Amino acid sequence: MTGERTDVTSDYETVEATSQRTASFINIGERTNVTGSARFRKLIAADDYEAAVEVARQQVQNGAQILDINMDEGLLDSEAAMIRFLRLIQAEPDISRVPVMLDSSKWSVIEAGLKNVSGKAIVNSISMKEGEAPFLAQALKVKRYGAAVVVMAFDEEGQAETAERKFAICERAYRLLVDKIDFPPEDIIFDPNIFAVATGIQEHNEYGLAFIEATRLIKDRLPYTHVSGGVSNFSFSFRGNNGVREAMHAVFLYHAIRAGLDMAIVNAGALPIYEEIPKVLLERVEDVLFNRRTDATDRLLEVAQEYSGTTSTGLVQDLSWRELPPAERVTHALVNGIDEYIVADVEEIRPTLDHPLEVIEGPLMSGMSVVGDLFGAGKMFLPQVVKSARVMKKAVAHLIPFIEAAKARDGASSKNGKVVLATVKGDVHDIGKNIVGVVLQCNNYDVIDLGVMVPMQKILETARTEQADLIGLSGLITPSLDEMVQFAAEMQRRELDIPLLIGGATTSLMHTAVRIAPQYDGPVIYVQDASRAVGVASNLLSPTAHDDFVTKTRADYAVARERHLGRRNNVARFPIEKARARGAAIDWAGYEPPRPAALGLTVFENYPLDELVDRIDWKPLFQAWELSGSFPQILSDPVVGESARGVYEDARKLLHRIIEERWLRARAVVGFWPANANGDDIELFTDDTRDELLATVHSLRQQTNSERDRENLALADFIAPRDSGIPDYLGGFAVTAGIGIDEHVARFEADHDDYHAIMIKALADRLAEALAERMHERVRRELWGYAPDESLDNEALIAERYRGIRPAPGYPACPDHTEKRTLFDLLEAERNAGMELTESFAMTPGAAVSGWYFSHPNARYFGVGRIERDQIEDYAARKGWTVTEAERWLAANLNYEPQREARDAG
Amino acid sequence: MDRAERLQALHEALRQRILVIDGSWGALLQSKGLEEPDYRGERFADHPLSLKNDVDVLNITNQDIVREVHDAYFDAGADIGTTNTFTSTSVTQEDFGLQGDCYELNLAGARLARERADAWTERNPDKPRWVAGSMGPTNKTSSVAIEVSNPAIRAIDFDPLKDAYLEAARGLVDGGADILLIETVYDTLNAKAAVVAVEELRAETGLELPIIVSWTATDLSGRNLSGQTVEAFWNSVRHAHPLAIGLNCAFGAEELRPSVVELSRVADAPIAAYPNAGLPNDLGEFDETPEITARHIGEWVESGLVNIVGGCCGTTPEHIRQIAAAASGHAPRPIPTRERRMRLAGIDPFEVVS
Repeated sequence: MTGERTDVTSDYETVEATSQRTASFINIGERTNVTGSARFRKLIAADDYEAAVEVARQQVQNGAQILDINMDEGLLDSEAAMIRFLRLIQAEPDISRVPVMLDSSKWSVIEAGLKNVSGKAIVNSISMKEGEAPFLAQALKVKRYGAAVVVMAFDEEGQAETAERKFAICERAYRLLVDKIDFPPEDIIFDPNIFAVATGIQEHNEYGLAFIEATRLIKDRLPYTHVSGGVSNFSFSFRGNNGVREAMHAVFLYHAIRAGLDMAIVNAGALPIYEEIPKVLLERVEDVLFNRRTDATDRLLEVAQEYSGTTSTGLVQDLSWRELPPAERVTHALVNGIDEYIVADVEEIRPTLDHPLEVIEGPLMSGMSVVGDLFGAGKMFLPQVVKSARVMKKAVAHLIPFIEAAKARDGASSKNGKVVLATVKGDVHDIGKNIVGVVLQCNNYDVIDLGVMVPMQKILETARTEQADLIGLSGLITPSLDEMVQFAAEMQRRELDIPLLIGGATTSLMHTAVRIAPQYDGPVIYVQDASRAVGVASNLLSPTAHDDFVTKTRADYAVARERHLGRRNNVARFPIEKARARGAAIDWAGYEPPRPAALGLTVFENYPLDELVDRIDWKPLFQAWELSGSFPQILSDPVVGESARGVYEDARKLLHRIIEERWLRARAVVGFWPANANGDDIELFTDDTRDELLATVHSLRQQTNSERDRENLALADFIAPRDSGIPDYLGGFAVTAGIGIDEHVARFEADHDDYHAIMIKALADRLAEALAERMHERVRRELWGYAPDESLDNEALIAERYRGIRPAPGYPACPDHTEKRTLFDLLEAERNAGMELTESFAMTPGAAVSGWYFSHPNARYFGVGRIERDQIEDYAARKGWTVTEAERWLAANLNYEPQREARDAG
Repeated sequence: MDRAERLQALHEALRQRILVIDGSWGALLQSKGLEEPDYRGERFADHPLSLKNDVDVLNITNQDIVREVHDAYFDAGADIGTTNTFTSTSVTQEDFGLQGDCYELNLAGARLARERADAWTERNPDKPRWVAGSMGPTNKTSSVAIEVSNPAIRAIDFDPLKDAYLEAARGLVDGGADILLIETVYDTLNAKAAVVAVEELRAETGLELPIIVSWTATDLSGRNLSGQTVEAFWNSVRHAHPLAIGLNCAFGAEELRPSVVELSRVADAPIAAYPNAGLPNDLGEFDETPEITARHIGEWVESGLVNIVGGCCGTTPEHIRQIAAAASGHAPRPIPTRERRMRLAGIDPFEVVS
């Protein structure tokens, strides 16, 4: 029976021996199981069968030879779910090619499954726990429907724990099945129960060995039968530490397979090779498995932490495309974003061509043009294109030395053009800019990316020495808009004519047309998103299209300016005094503001990331990839669904590693201070005596003239005024989830893996937002504690259905970014959260959120909108600024054209 | 001979020679130019629906014509006569409004075949004739989606299908069928429902009820409508321990050969193969002459691929005569013993080597 099992070590890698599929150790896919996979459970519960079917498809693609399907969830109609899922996968030949394992503790679910399987399935499971009669009755039905069966080592007395009892039960079952109902012994699979070891309970220490011993006995004495088990039980004590768990699984399988284990329910993609397990870890896991020492558990625990990050990622893939000619393999690799073989393939092609550049101009570019066509036709989406670019970059990186060598011989290369990209001084946001860079590179532009916080001198200097054809600026925070205006002015001063591209979340066509373009006589083009970048660049650099494109853009911008002026003239704003009189109508009499549980600062040095996962608002992640739609509906969107699922899955995978391997550290600081409003300012005091002023927070007021908005709000309205005599409080926070991100981004970038470099930043942003959300919740429930009984689900949280707000300086309710300085000083954010501010008051690390806490039930978010010069003058006086300074920092909010000299003050 | 003796003789004959199963029924009867009144007879003179082309109803209304076909096939040399009951399940007969008469259709069909078989056996006791009760695939599939927009919807579920087969099988056995022929399996799940029905009947009657399960390809890639390959199909029905595993109908003998070879390789049971006389041409006629069909089958016989041969749609008594001649005197395919292994299936086969 075991003669075929000679090379045991490779047994748990998929063995596909011949065209006739045979296998000597069988991976049973475990992910289509609602009890084992939270994701699958959620998909089924949400009725998202389409995505659930994709889980099955991936299992098969990743090498599962049998699919375990389990719908045992209290709230589900398990029978209906089983039937529906089986029928849906039946319609998918790339899934239904493998047999299924009908997994349920309910016989009715199993029987419903048997009635919907065309092939020969495995029933998992039956046992003698209710006695022989029901056991045989079920076995007889299994035989009639034509399935194999898993028999648990479970009898009237319970589950067997010792090797002897495990075997005794299996032997009894065998005799009943084979002798009484002529059940084919080759269709019997025994599951002698894998239990958790290293639980700290001494009796459990023998469990691993007992399973292996029982396996040996079964295979020796019960002819033709098989043994299976759910391996993940074994390592259950180490949940949360996947490094150790995977090693335990690999070691367990290594020994159990030698004893005769035929199959296991296992995550085939996450098994390290036995030989590659670090020696210390291996020895200690084996001590536990074989119960070789009394302190085995303690010794494994000792080293466990050290190995928590060593997970494997090897997946078994369909490699039939490797049979194609090399040029087609290149195209396949580019379209599918597979970078594993690209260097080898390129190296195979290179010697066949005269010049190494021809590899790029030939097979690589023709592959990328397939990608471009698919992208243009809406059949590929940005995340996939970025993956394609990663492959391209790897190939090009490999070819560069050869090209350089050839260049020394012949001449220079031809590119579509050279683009210098940068995020402007004071700003650290670069996800969008990086995507633009990748997309341009995909289209054969030479991209020089100067990174973030780049001073204008450096950008201009680089553009000059590199003879760049285009300059692209990006920024996210509003002060960056002003930096761009000044950048354009500087280009004019230097009498340049290079086109300037403007992009980033706060930029707009209107701002570009009204504020930036008038500064510079050369072309200034607003690029709305990455997908437009190529069109803009190719128009600008085309000798034929350039003039028309520039003329048309100028005309469009002139129209935009007209509209802008016209709109402004139509809306007369209230004078600031009148607006103040229309502040929030809050009746302070009788209102007692809640006092925070503890005044002063609370610091979170290392906030557990796993607590944040369920609080992530996913929608902005998709927006970062220019996929629009709400979550989770976007996953089943007929157009972008496939792409969104890819992003989502990659994001979840990366998130898992970020958390398990502690790539990122989250820090937070929260503070509360006695506070009262004084006009539009909020004064903070050192203590409850309110004698000593600690700091002043300045708020801006809406000057909107509208019958509909009966109030003209400022944040100060939500704090009790000083003359009311009511003791009120203001809170503040600064959180980041980006500590430690740089090394990982650098590693991905060094590997030409822009996709993951971008993804990790986007995820860190999501985690920071989730942390801000979580912190706010804890503030409401415990730290401030004014809503201790609040209970809201994630959706309600995202929809902000709670009491109190947390507006952030630089955002609509308080658009002045410089107020962050006050907030950071109060929180001592540098020391307490490792966060700093740039000269434009952008936060570093980039994945960060900060803001104020207001507790009043009427407090709500609003936008200050455009303000008049009277408030600017008032505000400048309160801040100790000149009017020019105020106009510069609040440029985006001005409802008037500041005087020209304002331009030179920055 | 009583039933037990007949079955003993059947097993013995299968070991010794290649048996011949008869040919087309539906196509043959439909070509006889019968009109509506011929189908209705007295019994169904007032039936609300048209019965023209419901050839199975002739078992009740026009028995002589059924007898004639049996006699023609037995005369041509068929060892096994199939009953004229291919569509006699309540599922299919619903089209004619006869879903309530299916037990009787099967009973009558089996009785006619039994009567003629026994008459021919009596005439030549050295060549005993057997009756195989035909159970077609029905016109509804339990494993294939019928609505593009909702691929979880099925035309019929397993249990009603199984009940329909149980009723048919009961009529066939009561009428004297020796074998139950689950044929033209385009949908493996339908066939499994038939298998469970037979198992239930076995448990109920205590009779030995040998079955032949016969697969058909629905496309030239060699898969049936459920998507299964021949080997996957075999793995999926082997638990029924059929008397023989078959291949029938499909696209004609030549196209069927690769499947015959494949099944012959994997099946540790006798092989039955009875192809169409090609596909119907533009005029609805079948192009393969008796010579052509017999030449192909003769080659299978010589290659040791088959144990039972015959014809399906478009074949005539003359086809069967020439097929019988081609099979005569040749040794049947020896039944291979295969290693005992767990052999599972999705739409592809999966074998566990341990």
